[in-house]
Amino acid sequence: MNTLTHLWNHKRYRLYLYQAVVLILLGAALFWLGHNTWINLKQRGIQSGFDFLSDTAGFDIGETFLITFDGSQTYWQAFLVGLLNTLKVSLCGLVLASVLGLWVGLGRGSLHPLIKLFCSTYIELIRNVPLMIQLLMWYVLLVEYLPPSTEPYSWFHHFYLSQEGFAYPGFIWLQSPEGNPTLSSHWIWSRPVFDPQGVHTDFNWSPEFLSITLALSLYTSAFIAEIVRAGIQSVARGQIEAAQSLALTPWQIKRWVVLPQAARMITPPLTNQYLNLVKNSSLAVVVGYPDLVNIANTALNQTGRALECIAILMLVYLTLSLVIAWGMNRTNDKVRHYLKKGDDFAPLKLTQRA
Amino acid sequence: MKTHFSLEKNRFLFIFCLSLIFFSEFSWAGKTLDSIKQKDQISCGVNTGLAGFGSADSQGKWSGLDVDICRAIASAVLGSADKVRFVPLSAPQRFAALQSGEIDILSRNTTFSLTRDASLGLHQTAVTFYDGQGFMVPAKMNIKSAKQLKGATVCVQSGTTTEKNLNDFSKANKLEVKPIVFEKLEAANAAYFSGRCKAYTTDASGLASIRSKEAKDPKEHVILPELISKEPLGPMVRRGDDEWLAITKWVIYGLLEAEELGIDSKSVENLKNQSTDPAVLRLLGKSDDMGKLLGLDREWIARAVAQVGNYSEIFDRNVGEKTPLALKRGLNALWTRGGLQYAMPIR
Amino acid sequence: MTSQARNQDTAALDSQGANTQVYSWVAARPAPKRIEKANTLLVKFWKFITTHPLDALLSVGVALLALQFLMLALNWGVIHAVFQIDEAACQNARGEGACWGVIGEKFRLILWGRFPFEEQWRSATACVLTLTMLALSVNKIVWTPSNRPFTLGAWCFSVVGFHTLMSGSLFGLSFLQIWPHVDTELWGGLPLTLILSLGSIALATPMGILLALGRTSEMPIIRSICVLYIELVRGVPLISVLFMASFMFPLLLPSLQTPDVLIRVLLGITLFSAAYTAEVVRGGLQAVDQGQQEASQSLNLGYWQTQRYVILPQALTHIIPGMVNNFIAIFKDTSLVTIVSLYELTGSLGLALNGDANWRAYKLEGYLFIAAIYFFFCFTLSQISQNLENRLTKR
Repeated sequence: MNTLTHLWNHKRYRLYLYQAVVLILLGAALFWLGHNTWINLKQRGIQSGFDFLSDTAGFDIGETFLITFDGSQTYWQAFLVGLLNTLKVSLCGLVLASVLGLWVGLGRGSLHPLIKLFCSTYIELIRNVPLMIQLLMWYVLLVEYLPPSTEPYSWFHHFYLSQEGFAYPGFIWLQSPEGNPTLSSHWIWSRPVFDPQGVHTDFNWSPEFLSITLALSLYTSAFIAEIVRAGIQSVARGQIEAAQSLALTPWQIKRWVVLPQAARMITPPLTNQYLNLVKNSSLAVVVGYPDLVNIANTALNQTGRALECIAILMLVYLTLSLVIAWGMNRTNDKVRHYLKKGDDFAPLKLTQRA
Repeated sequence: MKTHFSLEKNRFLFIFCLSLIFFSEFSWAGKTLDSIKQKDQISCGVNTGLAGFGSADSQGKWSGLDVDICRAIASAVLGSADKVRFVPLSAPQRFAALQSGEIDILSRNTTFSLTRDASLGLHQTAVTFYDGQGFMVPAKMNIKSAKQLKGATVCVQSGTTTEKNLNDFSKANKLEVKPIVFEKLEAANAAYFSGRCKAYTTDASGLASIRSKEAKDPKEHVILPELISKEPLGPMVRRGDDEWLAITKWVIYGLLEAEELGIDSKSVENLKNQSTDPAVLRLLGKSDDMGKLLGLDREWIARAVAQVGNYSEIFDRNVGEKTPLALKRGLNALWTRGGLQYAMPIR
Repeated sequence: MTSQARNQDTAALDSQGANTQVYSWVAARPAPKRIEKANTLLVKFWKFITTHPLDALLSVGVALLALQFLMLALNWGVIHAVFQIDEAACQNARGEGACWGVIGEKFRLILWGRFPFEEQWRSATACVLTLTMLALSVNKIVWTPSNRPFTLGAWCFSVVGFHTLMSGSLFGLSFLQIWPHVDTELWGGLPLTLILSLGSIALATPMGILLALGRTSEMPIIRSICVLYIELVRGVPLISVLFMASFMFPLLLPSLQTPDVLIRVLLGITLFSAAYTAEVVRGGLQAVDQGQQEASQSLNLGYWQTQRYVILPQALTHIIPGMVNNFIAIFKDTSLVTIVSLYELTGSLGLALNGDANWRAYKLEGYLFIAAIYFFFCFTLSQISQNLENRLTKR
């Protein structure tokens, strides 16, 4: 009894006790959940395991990126296609959102009243409407208000915009036909062809892809603009005045003095926004774009392996998040040195108004 | 001295208030039939809105072939065709809802297939509608056959056998169609009618239903003649409950047998009292008590037919020639008339 | 001063040494000319144009573009728009004018979902009740210690009232039924959005506080568990959490004992927002001076007493703006539950328009309508958040 009270009174042992209790409780909870799952799976005759990944998928995917896919390939290849589609949307979205966000953020902080009004309206309108609704609006615009592919908008006979998407020319790799050894495999310029049935093309941005990318980019750019504006305002006024006294033009001041120092403030919240963008790309399932979530949903419904498919989904997104966070952390380390300790700057208030 | 309100002292009251709200929503149940008898209600999973099979009008009243099957089962088991709670489910969610116990039976134009029987932990009851998958295209495209759909964009709903069949058909005929897969039936419909896809594919009965109800002008859309797959539709129940499986299966066979024997909702009372056909008397519970073997009472089929109708009445009321869907009996005629509906003998 | 001048001064002294210089009043110098500040807009504008001609040109160009865009929007939205609930007129105006009649026709279905038609007044009352409570709660006066019990009581009453109005029976017990019973799956539209967002925030806050305290705790195991949970949940999209709630929860719980979809989804969103709340609380905790912790230790206050009476109240000023932002984010994220077939505001719009062939073409107007609703809520909340942050950090 004495040793027990001695243990209880000694802080270190008390902490051990608490941790042991927490571990036991957690273990018990996990065991209970696992046990339930095991019983339920057995009772309902649902099979489990990741072996279904090597089965034939049996379904087609509407659009792919970098690799081709047809129904005779396996489930894991289908997941790969989904992942590549997600990466395509994410990369395009990241670039577009960053560029737009930078410009709108600069505009929001500018002294020109009209530009400031524009940028403020843009930011407030886009930030306060959910991404889902913006996505659905873009989809409706692109699918119902664009002309059918039998009468598309066209530019220079090389670009066509219609309900079926935006067709553009490009190079494709032509495999040499099997019976004809004289023609070797080579790159060929392929441009969209317009005939009475519609537009035929090898390169197309479908309205699904366009709507998710545009919605995602605009939405994230509004948040990035706020971050950029806050970062720019955190740069000390003295820096700008010093630059002005050196006869730098406003543009040069922004490029060489303000932005590098603002980058230090901008990078951590920017990481957050990039992560949000990648995670928000999962909304593509609503408009029918075959991204990872859509493929996982299809696989889940066809094989019944809910646990496995959702686990794969979460694992992939987790990995993507970690990779992006790691990359941005390295950028953060680099830009931290733009501003040495001891310089004065206004504390960053993210909800600050101009 | 008045101290201010101490949440710590009264936290249990607070939590108690809140938890009362949530406890009312839990469903605690044992085997399916017991829980149905306890709730005095069948939870029936139906379509969110497919005219002729499962759809609700603006007052919230459900109608359709699948809906009527559920009502017949409720009538046989609980005594009244109104003791059903309809749960609308989209295709991706229907199996999870059945597996989890949220619904007791899934009557949602669901195709029987090996994968569904073997790997989803569900059982199929009886086929209520023999169907096949087809295509619908706008009439102005002048397409006469599904084989002309080379490279076309096709709207499909996710979570259905449709995707796989489309792929099989596309590969067999070298069509290279581009499927656009939607989570929701409504989204797929909207995309097709806005012109995003050249064609729409699902069960032929579904196409007829969608064309009749969702199209602005049904004559502007054409259902192509090819049926590219077998789609036997029917209700499904959870695996591991043989009692409930037997009840649902035999109610459906009972409705078919009623049609075979010429019993319909108007004549069931007369025939019960006046018929001399031993098969009729057995079915209606006058001679043998078949219902007892299933755990029901002897009037199980008599009630179901009286309150909902036999198979032909259900068919004609919901998808028959006088309805906007205007489907012929075709494959769904009785085996004695050249169709595939063959009830197992009730004896 | 020259020596001559100095001599002159000193010469003014008389024989006794007294100063006999007479100082005459000198007229005040006229005030220097003040540089007029250009106060009028016109003068400012003129100065702007003359000093920056290129910028002026840019301004004019931008203004013209804006004007054209505005005219286009007005044209479509107001001038050629159809305001009556008239299908034929809408059809005629298609392409050149908006059809706002679709809102008039469908707004009840959009706002209240599949709630039975005659009982929709209950839905509306429940919403009004909740919104009034929210509006009252943002003022500081209701949270003073003397008013706090009344506020909490009012909240308790409104939660119970909300549930009673929506389901029809007091506390959900069937024998205390007041109005016709309405199943939870028929709840939709705006009330569902409010339930999901407010409910998940209310449940996630205590969980988030515990997670944040665990993350900053000195016990390594608890810290790692909390870090693992927070990073895991923050790394996955909300859709996967909703899929998990919809497909996996039934497997994780004993068979046939699963709660219905609304509870499952609410739980999923709660678990999701708890991680984000934990991060906000952790930021607030880190802003409190380390000295406070040490001072309370010197007063022999235990860990929980320190947190409850010293650290958390001080952290509150830093936490609240972040929490409001979190609430705005969750409010917007509730639009995702359409994917698991819960018909909140966005889902009920799809339900209203997708199934009706006559009105299906006017989805854009419907989306603008609910976008306006969301904008109204989120903008108000973000203004409140900024106000709060300005007031709280004005030290």
